[in-house]
Amino acid sequence: MHLETFAHGHSPLHRLDPRAKLAAAIGYSLLVALGHDWAMLWAALGVSLAAVLTARLRPWEVLKRLLAVNTFMAMLWVLLPWQVVEAPAWPGLGLALNTHGVELALVITLKGNALALALMALVATSPINQVFHALAHWRTPQKLLQIFFFFYRYLHVLHREYHRLDWGMRVRGFVPGSNWHTYRTYAHLLGMLLVRSYDRAERVYQAMLCRGFHGTYWVLDHFAWQRRDGIFCGLWAGVLLLLLLLGRAGL
Amino acid sequence: MHISEGVLGGVVLAAGAGLSLAGVAVGLKKLDYGQMPKVAILAAAFFVASLVSVPIGPAKAHLVLNGLLGLLLGWGAFPALLVALALQAVLFQFGGLTTLGVNTFNMALPAVLCYLVLGGLTRNGGQRMPLLAGFLAGSLSVGGSALLVAATLYTAGQEFLTMAHLVVVAHLPVMVLEGVITAATVGFLRRVRPAMLGMA
Repeated sequence: MHLETFAHGHSPLHRLDPRAKLAAAIGYSLLVALGHDWAMLWAALGVSLAAVLTARLRPWEVLKRLLAVNTFMAMLWVLLPWQVVEAPAWPGLGLALNTHGVELALVITLKGNALALALMALVATSPINQVFHALAHWRTPQKLLQIFFFFYRYLHVLHREYHRLDWGMRVRGFVPGSNWHTYRTYAHLLGMLLVRSYDRAERVYQAMLCRGFHGTYWVLDHFAWQRRDGIFCGLWAGVLLLLLLLGRAGL
Repeated sequence: MHISEGVLGGVVLAAGAGLSLAGVAVGLKKLDYGQMPKVAILAAAFFVASLVSVPIGPAKAHLVLNGLLGLLLGWGAFPALLVALALQAVLFQFGGLTTLGVNTFNMALPAVLCYLVLGGLTRNGGQRMPLLAGFLAGSLSVGGSALLVAATLYTAGQEFLTMAHLVVVAHLPVMVLEGVITAATVGFLRRVRPAMLGMA
């Protein structure tokens, strides 16, 4: 299971401090999610696209992610633009196009795509461990950070474990179907996965105690805030301000 | 069951974030450092389990399992789901940063309620009671989440009414499936590792 598709690269965005990028992503998300001016939303889509191009992400991977985001949007386009009318223009077709619904679907599609692209360009371009590290700098509670860290660390281990159990079942001739046997078998697979995870957690914690764990999770590599990070933050603040002005002008 | 970015209004987003923050704070307060790896690794196990697609009639469904998560982690379900959803947002762009609070709350609240109401029944009782409690926990927490998602969507406007109905109806078969799987898993854990359900 390789999850950090975009984390490694040589673009200007990959080189930035994760703190700068995460702050930029949060500010941008809030602004775009709450905005409702057309000019601003189209401009935001442009900004996000520019960010993805700057990050030089693999186009095919970006498209795959967008496809996933837009399956939800497709559902909106099917459901939102229609309204039931009392006296249909054509008999048997009691639906009419609702312009407000169309606008709503378009607004949500714009926002969703702009924000998904921005997350790919700004956050997914840092390895996840560095994102945790950035959160640690912002005084995120230690306990929450540890859950984050262990969750991500053991996700891969458990995914392999699951596949091992799954292969074991298939080797013994298990074919899933819609029957009690299948559901009971899956429940036992799940139960076994949970029991093994529980035991693993116990061993991990004992190993941590052996190494003197006392509630602090230390990070070994440190960030150094550089001039380019400051410049990026300044530029990004400018972009946000422009979008904000664009939104105000339209209102 | 993610609500995408850009659907909800500022008030609902802020309310979701605030409620989730409170839930996560309670969850973290109730857990000591010894339980951190347990919460995290079980959360990871649930994440992996949710990738499994189980046949149900002609279709296949992914398991949500928030009921079982609630039974095993209690209030820890809040931080566990927050972490899982945050990583989904960052890694796959499912959901997003602004909807993180709402999505966490919609998934975690029914899980914690099931733990508070049904958790005791899975530990005690005879042969049938724990399985029944497991079934109820599995189906009601998914059903509760679907209702919360539908209600949240409806706050975004009249236009979302059809979609809200659809979310609830689509989850009816999932409720049965989740109930069956959760009951069978509770039965399995009672035989194999009763300590995980909090039994002495």
